[in-house]
Amino acid sequence: MTIDWPILSFLVFSPLLGAVVLLALPSQRMRLLRWTAVIATLLPLVLAIMLYIDYDPSKSGTAYDEQSTWISIPLDKAAVGGEADFDLHFDYSLSLDGLSLPLVLLTTIVASMAAIASITIRKRWKLYYFWLLVLECGMLGVFLARDLLLFFIFFEITLIPMLFLVGIWGLFDRERAAIRFLLYNGLGSAIMLIVFVILVVTAGFTLEQTAAGVAHFGYSGSYDVIAANLADPQAYANQLSQAGENPFYLSGTMQTVLFVLLLIAFGIKLPIVPFHTWMLDVHKEAPAPVVMIHSGILLKMGAYGLIRFGFFLFPEQADKCSTLLAILGLINLLYGAVIAFRQKELRLVLAYSSLSHMGIVLLGLSALNVIGLQGAVFQLISHGLISALLFLLLGAFYERTGTTKLDELGGLARTMPFMSGALLAAGLASLGLPGLSGFVGELLSLLGVFDSHKAIASIAVLGIILTAIYVLRAVMGVSFGSMQPRFESVHDARFIEALPVVVLLALVVLLGIYPSFVTEQLHHSFDSMLEQLNLRVGG
Amino acid sequence: MAYERTLQAMTWADAGHMAPELILIAMMAVLIMLDLLLPRRVDRSLIGWLSLASLLGSFVSVVWRIQHQADQSLASEALGLLNDNYRIDDFGAMFKLLLLTAAALIVLWSLGAMKQGSSGQLVHQGEYYYLMLPATAGAMLMTSTGDLITLYTGLELLSISTYVLVGLRARRALTAQAASSEEKVSAKPAEAAFKYVVTGGISSAFILFGMSYLYGLTGSTHVGEIGSSLPQAVESFRGLIYLAFFFMAAGFGIKIAAAPFHAWAPDVYEGAPTPVSAFLAVVSKTAAAVALFRLFYNVVFPESLSNGSTIGHDLFRAVLAVAACAMIVGTLSALRQHNMKRLLALSGVANAGYLIAPIGLSFYGVHSNNAAELFFYAAAYLCMNIGAFAVLSIVAGSRRDADGSVQLRSFEGLYHRAPWTAGAMIIFVLSLAGLPISGGFFGKLFVMMGAASSHAYWLVAIMAGTSVISYYVYFGIVRQMFMRSSGDEPVHVPAASGIVVWLCAAATLVLGVYPNGLLHWFEHVFSVVGDLLILR
Repeated sequence: MTIDWPILSFLVFSPLLGAVVLLALPSQRMRLLRWTAVIATLLPLVLAIMLYIDYDPSKSGTAYDEQSTWISIPLDKAAVGGEADFDLHFDYSLSLDGLSLPLVLLTTIVASMAAIASITIRKRWKLYYFWLLVLECGMLGVFLARDLLLFFIFFEITLIPMLFLVGIWGLFDRERAAIRFLLYNGLGSAIMLIVFVILVVTAGFTLEQTAAGVAHFGYSGSYDVIAANLADPQAYANQLSQAGENPFYLSGTMQTVLFVLLLIAFGIKLPIVPFHTWMLDVHKEAPAPVVMIHSGILLKMGAYGLIRFGFFLFPEQADKCSTLLAILGLINLLYGAVIAFRQKELRLVLAYSSLSHMGIVLLGLSALNVIGLQGAVFQLISHGLISALLFLLLGAFYERTGTTKLDELGGLARTMPFMSGALLAAGLASLGLPGLSGFVGELLSLLGVFDSHKAIASIAVLGIILTAIYVLRAVMGVSFGSMQPRFESVHDARFIEALPVVVLLALVVLLGIYPSFVTEQLHHSFDSMLEQLNLRVGG
Repeated sequence: MAYERTLQAMTWADAGHMAPELILIAMMAVLIMLDLLLPRRVDRSLIGWLSLASLLGSFVSVVWRIQHQADQSLASEALGLLNDNYRIDDFGAMFKLLLLTAAALIVLWSLGAMKQGSSGQLVHQGEYYYLMLPATAGAMLMTSTGDLITLYTGLELLSISTYVLVGLRARRALTAQAASSEEKVSAKPAEAAFKYVVTGGISSAFILFGMSYLYGLTGSTHVGEIGSSLPQAVESFRGLIYLAFFFMAAGFGIKIAAAPFHAWAPDVYEGAPTPVSAFLAVVSKTAAAVALFRLFYNVVFPESLSNGSTIGHDLFRAVLAVAACAMIVGTLSALRQHNMKRLLALSGVANAGYLIAPIGLSFYGVHSNNAAELFFYAAAYLCMNIGAFAVLSIVAGSRRDADGSVQLRSFEGLYHRAPWTAGAMIIFVLSLAGLPISGGFFGKLFVMMGAASSHAYWLVAIMAGTSVISYYVYFGIVRQMFMRSSGDEPVHVPAASGIVVWLCAAATLVLGVYPNGLLHWFEHVFSVVGDLLILR
């Protein structure tokens, strides 16, 4: 460890630095604003790379922990009785582990690429880049926060910028899409908040004897405290006193209820099938760079939250529901693939493809073994890169042709060989061609599922075939076939557009041929959870 | 016997302790004379500035008293003046600070708003400014009551002053060239004032009726004595006690504008001058909630602790039911509302639910900070509501509909016309919707935490659910401001209004980033036993 300064805070808030600078710049100087924003996103990228190099999986990153009391509200002592000390406690607490690290790096990469790709934005640049940077701050915070309240706040911070980004710079039906996004995600957050509040007042309860012999009661929002209390059979949350009265008791039924609520809350974000309609609207209406972030990172926040709060805090309940999860994953996978095949709009093909790929994540999670979980996280990273790439290309095509309808596009390989080639490569990665990153994620997830749910896994393989069909149909339709004469004059990528394409593609290939780039960092992340599981369920 | 106690002579020492209220009353008398004596050509803003100064003076004297008590380490000792009719304690003092801040902000903003075109100008500006003082004094009286009679006096002082304020008419309605549509407008303040007088009268009657039962059953008007003799009275007069409390709850429900007693609020807010609407929404509501809080904790709470108690728990449950009802009704009926003043009135109904929820969350297990929850929420509510109303009046100054009302679409393209004001409005919207980073978020969070630790999970769910629905309401405003464009010329923002908007926005942000400061101070000063309970 060579880093002894609070790098996590710098990382989270560095985009805000850029946002403040942007506010001070004149709003008409497009070029200046653009470069400032791009540079502002490079700063967190550099920090994230430093972290990635410095991180040592065997120490699980505790070296970076940052913790300080943020809110500590003394509750009235007299009412509790005696000299006891009593407070409500929320920390400003950031930490890093093998689960967060790849997602943080992904966030910074995709955000930088999206900032570069935002060259297609034609109006109100200042506000646009401002919100983009605020969004990045929120996303980074989500992956690093280790206090329930702090996590929730960062999660909510991502809502407002997205509302603006979709609502102002989107396509025709943008306002409806933006409001719909807000309401669906707001509902998810509200459910999450209910769970968090209940957790804080039950599992967050701590009782310590201070040095002076005075008892110190407290409610804590700290993730570590709550996780430890839930895991400890001796903790207040897990036992009922003789009299049967314990205000902090969290019964088994209640824990299952909380787990299911979390599944719904993060399932809306992920999205799991009945809750996915908002995400189609965003894919359809938002500008391409925003969809890059949305599909590349925001959806991953749902999966991350589900793992971090659902699986890590309630492993037993996750195990109970694992068949349900596997079935939900299967539905996502097949439903997304089948509907994607029927779409006439490239944006929607890609949207349903995201849905389908998130199904694989769910499948991997439901396996509840190391391979499956690693596969799920790998799939998150891989899909983040691939979908960012696909939407980057889609944005470029849309800018030139003014359409994303599959029957209007065609034969673009002739005028845009580079872009079409990149699209083909991205498509192949998406359908899981060995040697590209998509393959690894799918393979690991399915291997994991084969261990625990054989029947479901065998049906899931069908989904892979469907994926190949719809991806090739779409990609081939765009690149080859007959071209409309009005596209004769379109030009291929400029350097500034080609740059993010090359970077993303290179990463997709890198992960495909050298997957331990990610899996190595993930190494010990699931240990404690699986240990818990073995302890309680007995294997 | 009771009379001897109630009718006591006031000493100079007592007057010193009541300085904050007396300053306001004395200044009102001075300003009335001044308004009469000053020639017509003198700008009545002078009276506004003097009102502002007396509010600040009163504020300083409250702060001085809190500080003085803390210095003498009397933090837990409360004074009962006039034989405990009037309580000088930190609970009241802290809320007085809020009420005075609200009134001062409203007066300052009025000073700006009255300058903004003819539409905002009132005919009787002098009256407008000096009536703010007794209204505020009445509200302060309500927070300090140790006796039902004092409570009623404060309530009426507040109500009667605001009856007049609501009825003050804008100047343009009187101009000769008033078109037919404008004449219709001029009826609105009168309608509002009439409605307010009638419902206000009914609410006072309800409260008084309930009080008379309490007095009849316990033989006292003193809050502490009622509390201590209530358990015996319950044994033989259960039904009557329920009746007494439900009448009082209905009366206070009307004052707080909590559903189902809220029907008057949209009409009255719409017809009243905008700063007066804000005054009703913030000062009236907070004062009534605080008075109810003190009443419940002295009268109902002791009963709820006794063995085999039924009434206490029932009443707490009833309050929670009203709170839940207010949140649901307020939010749902705001969904289809396009008139901005009515929308804010309905948002106030939903917020009333949060204000009274801490009253109903009785001590359960280890939940003990209801007062802090109420205080923080009231502070956050003050900032966001006055801010939002002030933005509304700025918008109204530049553009309003044919019938003189401010509609949702009047906010169209505000970002292009007044970017800073629109920026502040985002903060208020976040706060109203309960999203971080804003005071409203933490206010709601603390009330939710309280509900959860009292194991009222159903209320937590209702709070979360209505918050989400309210996103649709509030972000409709954001949509108009940022996603629509309008080619209008820039909005003129009067300096005083701008200052108020930004003070409120900054305070909302500070409360949202660092809620610790205010809460720590409150918990440091306040203690349940010393400041809230009046034991006899």
